[in-house]
Amino acid sequence: MRKLFRFSQLGLLVLLAIFTMGSADTAVRYNDLGHKMMCVCGCGQILIECNHLGCPDSDGELAELRTALSQGKGDTEILEAFQAKYGPTVLAAPMLTKFNIIAWVVPPLVLLLGIGGTIALVRKWRLRTVAMPAASNVRGFDRIRDQIRKETEL
Amino acid sequence: MPAFGSFALLLALALSGYNLLAGAIALRQLATGSRGRVSPERLAETARRAGIGSFFAVTSAAFALVWAAFANDFSVSYILHHSNRALPGAYKFAALWSGQEGSLLLWAWLLAAYGFVLRARHKVDVKLTAYASTILSGIQIFFLLLLNFAAPPFALVAGTIPQDGFGLNPLLQYPEMVIHPPMLYLGYVGFAVPFAFALGALMMRYPGDKWIHITRRWTMVAWLFLTCGIFLGAHWAYSVLGWGGYWGWDPVENASLMPWLTGTAFLHSVMMQEKRGMMKNWNVWLIFSTFALSILGTLLTRSGLVSSVHAFAQSSIGTWFWAFLVIVLVVCLFTFILQRDHLKSEHKLESLVSRESSFLFNNLVLLAACFTVLWGTLFPVISEYVQGNKVTVSAPFYNRVAVPIGLFLLFLTGIGPILAWRSTSFKSIRKNFILPAVAALVTAIVLVACGVYPLKDQGTFYSLMAWSLGALVVTAVGSEFLRGAGVISRHTGQNIFASMIQLTRRNTRRYGGYIIHFGVVVIFIGLAGSAFDRSVEQELNFKQSMTMGPYRLVCQDYSQDTNPNYDTEYAILDVYRGDKKITQLAPEKRFYQASQTTSTIVANHSTLAWDLYVIYAGKDPDSGQPIIKVFLNPLVAWIWIGVVIVIIGTFVALTPNMTAAYAASRSRLPVRETPEMAVSKGGD
Repeated sequence: MRKLFRFSQLGLLVLLAIFTMGSADTAVRYNDLGHKMMCVCGCGQILIECNHLGCPDSDGELAELRTALSQGKGDTEILEAFQAKYGPTVLAAPMLTKFNIIAWVVPPLVLLLGIGGTIALVRKWRLRTVAMPAASNVRGFDRIRDQIRKETEL
Repeated sequence: MPAFGSFALLLALALSGYNLLAGAIALRQLATGSRGRVSPERLAETARRAGIGSFFAVTSAAFALVWAAFANDFSVSYILHHSNRALPGAYKFAALWSGQEGSLLLWAWLLAAYGFVLRARHKVDVKLTAYASTILSGIQIFFLLLLNFAAPPFALVAGTIPQDGFGLNPLLQYPEMVIHPPMLYLGYVGFAVPFAFALGALMMRYPGDKWIHITRRWTMVAWLFLTCGIFLGAHWAYSVLGWGGYWGWDPVENASLMPWLTGTAFLHSVMMQEKRGMMKNWNVWLIFSTFALSILGTLLTRSGLVSSVHAFAQSSIGTWFWAFLVIVLVVCLFTFILQRDHLKSEHKLESLVSRESSFLFNNLVLLAACFTVLWGTLFPVISEYVQGNKVTVSAPFYNRVAVPIGLFLLFLTGIGPILAWRSTSFKSIRKNFILPAVAALVTAIVLVACGVYPLKDQGTFYSLMAWSLGALVVTAVGSEFLRGAGVISRHTGQNIFASMIQLTRRNTRRYGGYIIHFGVVVIFIGLAGSAFDRSVEQELNFKQSMTMGPYRLVCQDYSQDTNPNYDTEYAILDVYRGDKKITQLAPEKRFYQASQTTSTIVANHSTLAWDLYVIYAGKDPDSGQPIIKVFLNPLVAWIWIGVVIVIIGTFVALTPNMTAAYAASRSRLPVRETPEMAVSKGGD
């Protein structure tokens, strides 16, 4: 048990090291924000992926985005400016404001409630289970039983 | 021909109506023991034959529409709007499902075909099949009512008949579009069969779980078709739409994903019912939901409820689908309430750490994924209703919310096979889990060392997780294969590869399932590559070059061509890697005369490492210079390879097990199955 605990600690440290490596690159903001907005020409495509030659809107939107970035504006500020100009459908996903928070909160909440409910269900079903007879005195009984159960899948 | 087609549809409706009525009366008489002038058995048999007859009638109608397309009969409004004289033969055939009325006819025909097979195989279980046949006829009636009264495919053009048709949508003029919709529809419609069996079994209080065994193959076949349909659609989008991606989280794409997710959940949880007599209510509702989601998907596509780049225009048939969906749910709920005591399960679990628990969590995650997709699809409608304005819910939402759920599912795919039924000891977990966990950790460290930093951006983080978890799953599944094959190898003297094949053939369902899981991992590896997509666009004139990653593209020529169906402009680009020319690509831009629309044809050089994906975007209107857009999309080929593995795995799982005696006869040594060998092949 102690070994496993130490192994887990080591794993955690490695993961921490992995996560702290690298850093946010400001050069990717254009690409990132371009993926957070839609082309407003009605093609239904992500702004930076709009591939219509002579599209009446995407070039203008992208130019506005470049200007906003060069002016040192923050991501939220840029997104809000686009929303104010083109309407809420210009954003590829709702912002975390007012009612739109629900869009983001409900799916994880449903998953968490589901996990809680499933754990409660399993516990309830476990309580119904008749206690198993005491383990045999045979040496290595647990190991053999586990192996049989695993391998016969019954 | 239009008159023949219309008559055939009316005849099909009459026959299906008889099938439903006579079948329901016969089943009622059988259930209550009452008898009319005709015995219930004979009445049920006439209903079955009427159902078979309706298949031939709908087939005749479908044939009539295809005939009209090939005969350029533009007096039929549907043919006028979806075909033209210059359209190649294969696409004239595909015109059958390129519009609303035709695709509804395809749906009705596929349903009739499934019904035909079911009714022809009625001796598997005469009474249960009679119930399923009657329920299927009810579904068939709905589609035939639509075809006869709401969306008739043989409606005639008023006034002067034009000399030529308006042509098929250019985006649909691609070889995959000849098979993608039928595959998708075979999946959607296919789920009607297990639905009919489940509802029938519940109505008749079918003793035991035999209906589960009967429907398992039907469900797997429908699931396989839906899988093929979804990925063919993704491949079509990748090859034709020219935006460099394959999945845009469009409502219509989402509509196909939802029944796939619940169908997958059903295929897993049904094992709990077979093995342990558990989750009977759950399984019934899963299959009900899968069918209802198939209908909902069709409703979303056709009602105009949500905006989609490839949804059919808003039409009145949305109301019909709403009504049908409500009827289906009411019938399911009513039957369930009446018969729920028949579904009492023996819910007993020994441990939270068991195969049963992993299936429960697997179902939970699949359903959470389904809910997320449904929520994201419908949220714009909810927003409009509540706030008065629509919002867009596109890729960023799903990437943030649905992708973590998918990764959790991938994790469960890895630990599921490690866990035993009933309970798994801590020692056993440690023993079986340590190797996959080490594989995942080593993969993560190697990837970070190679420059895949998880904090760089969200996509990189998810990719790192996907590849690490992929290593976990592959190690877990691989060690299961090797362990079982090792036992067989020791007893038969065969090499390990031959032993693996024999192991798989002895328990096709279990090992077919593992192959599917392996395929899913390969798909995830490919999907994770999208975080590293790169693109560049530039004007490229004769003999000029541009670079993308390790490739250099040199423009050799621009040319034009014409044929009766379309005019085309294309670029001829030599692709070099270093100084070596490796291929020549010719991306096209087509202009279709009949529909007066343009379309891109992507040129793609695909390798295991990446796709060099090239689009000829036409000429810049200001400078008159040709524009070439190049994408370097890593690991895309893995997605299509993964799908092929999933298909192979499904075929394996559908194959009956090889008996031990036959296995012994094929081995070099005359052995009989020892207990150890029986253990090695395991259960499901």
